[in-house]
Amino acid sequence: MKVLVAVKRVVDANVQIRVKSDNSGVDVSNVKMSINPFCEIAVEEAVRLKESGVAEEVIVVSVGADACQEQLRTALALGADRAIQVQTEADLEPLAIAKLLNKVVEREDISLAILGKQSIDGDNNQTGQMLAALAGMSQGTFASNLEIENGEAIVTREIDGGLQKVALKLPSLITTDLRLNEPRFASLPNIMKAKRKPLVQITPEELAVDISPRLTTLEINTPAARAVGERVATVSELVEKLKVEGVL
Amino acid sequence: MTRESMEFDVVIVGAGPAGLSTACRLMQQANAAGEELMVCVVEKGAEVGAHILSGAVVEPRALNELFPDWQALGAPLTVPVLEDQIYYLNSAKKSIKIPNALAPKPMHNQGNYVASVGNLCRWLAEQAEQLGVEVFPGFAAAHVIYDEQSGRVAGIGTGDMGVDADGNAKDTYMAGMDLLAKYTVFTEGCRGHLGKELIKKFALDEGKDPQHYGLGIKELWEIDESLHQPGLVLHGTGWPLSESSSTGGFFLYHSDNNQVVVGLITDLNYSNPNLSPYDEFQRMKHHPLIAQYLSGAKRLSYGARAIAKGGLHSLPKMTMPGALLLGCDAGTLNFSKIKGTHTAMKSGMLAAEVLFPELMKKDQGGHDLVQYDEHLKQSWLYDELYKGRNFGSAMHKFGTFVGGMYNVFEQNIVSLPFTIRDPKPDYLCLKPASECSPIEYPKPDGRLSFDKSSSVFLSNTNHEESQPCHLHLQDASVPVLHNLPTFNEPAQRFCPAGVYEVLESEDGSPRFQINAQNCVHCKTCDIKDPAQNITWRVPEGGGGPNYPNM
Repeated sequence: MKVLVAVKRVVDANVQIRVKSDNSGVDVSNVKMSINPFCEIAVEEAVRLKESGVAEEVIVVSVGADACQEQLRTALALGADRAIQVQTEADLEPLAIAKLLNKVVEREDISLAILGKQSIDGDNNQTGQMLAALAGMSQGTFASNLEIENGEAIVTREIDGGLQKVALKLPSLITTDLRLNEPRFASLPNIMKAKRKPLVQITPEELAVDISPRLTTLEINTPAARAVGERVATVSELVEKLKVEGVL
Repeated sequence: MTRESMEFDVVIVGAGPAGLSTACRLMQQANAAGEELMVCVVEKGAEVGAHILSGAVVEPRALNELFPDWQALGAPLTVPVLEDQIYYLNSAKKSIKIPNALAPKPMHNQGNYVASVGNLCRWLAEQAEQLGVEVFPGFAAAHVIYDEQSGRVAGIGTGDMGVDADGNAKDTYMAGMDLLAKYTVFTEGCRGHLGKELIKKFALDEGKDPQHYGLGIKELWEIDESLHQPGLVLHGTGWPLSESSSTGGFFLYHSDNNQVVVGLITDLNYSNPNLSPYDEFQRMKHHPLIAQYLSGAKRLSYGARAIAKGGLHSLPKMTMPGALLLGCDAGTLNFSKIKGTHTAMKSGMLAAEVLFPELMKKDQGGHDLVQYDEHLKQSWLYDELYKGRNFGSAMHKFGTFVGGMYNVFEQNIVSLPFTIRDPKPDYLCLKPASECSPIEYPKPDGRLSFDKSSSVFLSNTNHEESQPCHLHLQDASVPVLHNLPTFNEPAQRFCPAGVYEVLESEDGSPRFQINAQNCVHCKTCDIKDPAQNITWRVPEGGGGPNYPNM
């Protein structure tokens, strides 16, 4: 069974992001970048499937400029076998990404695709679902547990108010939630080995995918600062204030 | 638990200017000679540049030698210094502009660049990797490995990952690795925790003055376009540190993209334990000279780092069997220029020039490369450090004003044959709090000045929460039983990240708390604790600040 994992290069979760002064986007110059944490969980899950003998090969793919090779190498260091970079400088929307990934799924004859449930920058939570639809795969989103048995993927999903267990017929698409696993650290020898693992580049043109944007970003703004709090002496004063504010 | 090991020709600890220059120069020589070398650089920051904090006005002399075509290669030195201004701040409102002719020559910056040394290191790491160096960010060198028989330095061990606060292995546990090398190069920056151990073990500082330090606190601001003058460089001294008879100096540099960096270096030989370098810096920004640029502007980043500024008098022996100690880890900063980048780089390049022929002998390595000293003495680096040798000690001895005048005389007019020394370590300079006046710092206004926690927030500092505390107290009772009654526990104030707090226990007695997750790795606690009771150790690799553009 071949497993495909998609990873996205995003601003590291520990970095406080800053909106550019012209409100055109987030300033990412010389900011620490990482694999999107949910994608890292996806890599870990795929590598565990390989280690347990369920998967034969783990292919990791990223769509982006050459800088995303850094994240592909990290995924290779974590245990993926080979990498594909779909090379583009454009800032793509989820539909374009899903279409590109769909072509990769076709080319590579993928039985299981594992994606993060969302990226921590765009927060779209769309790519996985779109890919499943395009590729005609069954889908198990927000997975907190995954088992492969008799040609089925048994997925525990984190849903409102509890957990839902579903059985999917392969080929399937899984999106990862936080509790699925805790990714390992890459070891030094594996980081060195990762530099020699195969990484191929293809372009959206080669995959014959139209990646033109459907949306226009008008403006990006920092959330409004929280107003300063106020201390009240008594409960009745609090109630009075809440009434004035129209809360009660 | 058994640890795996890997062997290299050279292992370099710290991806700063010194370490990366050593790596690049080594590979340049190897590639030119058609030889293979295994060189690796380990870096505790999550990425190269994450822990680098510097002014900075960079003198390109060493870079010109290392990569003569650095401009074509896209090195991030793009803002030449166009104007130098030097001030003496006489009070919270007043300042005197010092005519350039009266400023010590090394303070002139024609030909230099306003730059982010973090970005310079990011670029140097790219060059190093292209030359064939293995760069490993996120891996902290936790301890030195000594050869059991000869006692020589044989490499370093990286720290274990995935260990909880009590020292137990978590699910993600990964044992550290032993990186063994013919030669290990220590370039951890000022007060490296391994460098400190090596200086002691091999008595490298024998016959030298103690190292002297400053604490640099820096912020990056985005200012109004109409006030921005790329290449304008301000330096000065005086207020607010002069109020407590302390010394230090401020800087404010205009770089590109409407950004300015502003900072204050507080000399760590200050005597009043009530002094807070952080609050001195915050109130300094209210001085009209500084506020004219920052009013209505936006603060983007914050950070702090100690600097080693003892110069030649304090420079230890830089070699020992199997290892070299370079850059700020040794103390090659030229304090008369307030610049350490070009000197750190040069110290690394010189080391590479000594190391390469040695490695070509293809023996087991591990020798004490004493020829480094001679090589150093014949270089411009030594020349610079010799000329500036009295700069810091004259300031310590005579104060900013007379010491400053001395420096103008010595640097501009005639080189004096005598030597001014300062044999008192910084940590012994504190007077008991009872002998010192309290210092009332104004409340931060949230526009120009800020509290510590909102500042640390901007340094993007993060440490894995569940891990052993990396700030080690030899004697846990010292802060409350000794430091508190005598010095009002100065760690609460000299730490620029709010790591140390004295809180009240339930029974009303004082309790010392260490918030290690806040640590920005500046090393001030290791330097200034009057009891020398705090030892800074490396936390889990990848922890610490994530400075962009600092």
